[in-house]
Amino acid sequence: MGTFHTGKCDLHGITVVVDTAGPEVYVGRCDDMDDERVILLDADVHRDGDGGRSKGDYLAAAARHGVWNRHRRLVLPRHRVTSVRRLGEL
Amino acid sequence: MPYSPLLVKPMREELSTLGVEELLTAEDVERWMEHKEGTAMLVVNSVCGCAAGMARPGIRLALDHAHAPDRAASVFAGQDLEATARARGFFPEIPPSSPSIAFFKDGELVWFMPRHRIEGRTAEDVARDLTAVFEEHCAVAAG
Repeated sequence: MGTFHTGKCDLHGITVVVDTAGPEVYVGRCDDMDDERVILLDADVHRDGDGGRSKGDYLAAAARHGVWNRHRRLVLPRHRVTSVRRLGEL
Repeated sequence: MPYSPLLVKPMREELSTLGVEELLTAEDVERWMEHKEGTAMLVVNSVCGCAAGMARPGIRLALDHAHAPDRAASVFAGQDLEATARARGFFPEIPPSSPSIAFFKDGELVWFMPRHRIEGRTAEDVARDLTAVFEEHCAVAAG
């Protein structure tokens, strides 16, 4: 039993990895997604090479224990997004 | 803002009826964590059905397993704020998520299941992961 949310995308409530063609990769809880945008809650962003870590290094750490909530809400233009995957599947 | 206690009550009871002790205050957490010996599972319970809806039934299935932790307790994220913050203080290097499950052996964190390892999975999947941990850490070696 729990609360459920209707009228949202299939990934609503799921922690996802949103990759871009640029250096940024985002991890956060998907609120909603459509042809125009991806909305993440409680999200973090990593830029390839920041802190000496590649996107892959960052995602390996994220897959283990999750990410710190550095952005309460992020709205990402869909045209910048190359993939949306469940973090739990990494 | 916390949900209504009436809404949350059955979600608390889903664990407390299994013998999972509810830790409602930071002092409760301190007292529970002071006991180091043996194995202990601490659940960060949550309202959201996207993940918690499968976490609690998974825990129920796992606790039926032949090998289970010596003690189990829960704090409720978004409800019992001080208790949850204190509990998370025992694994400060791990980003907060709920629901989540921490497993301690002799006071040391040996395993952690964050929210994203629960989301979208079945209760059986969650139970399978938990029982693997129970078998590794709770099974007494045959003599």
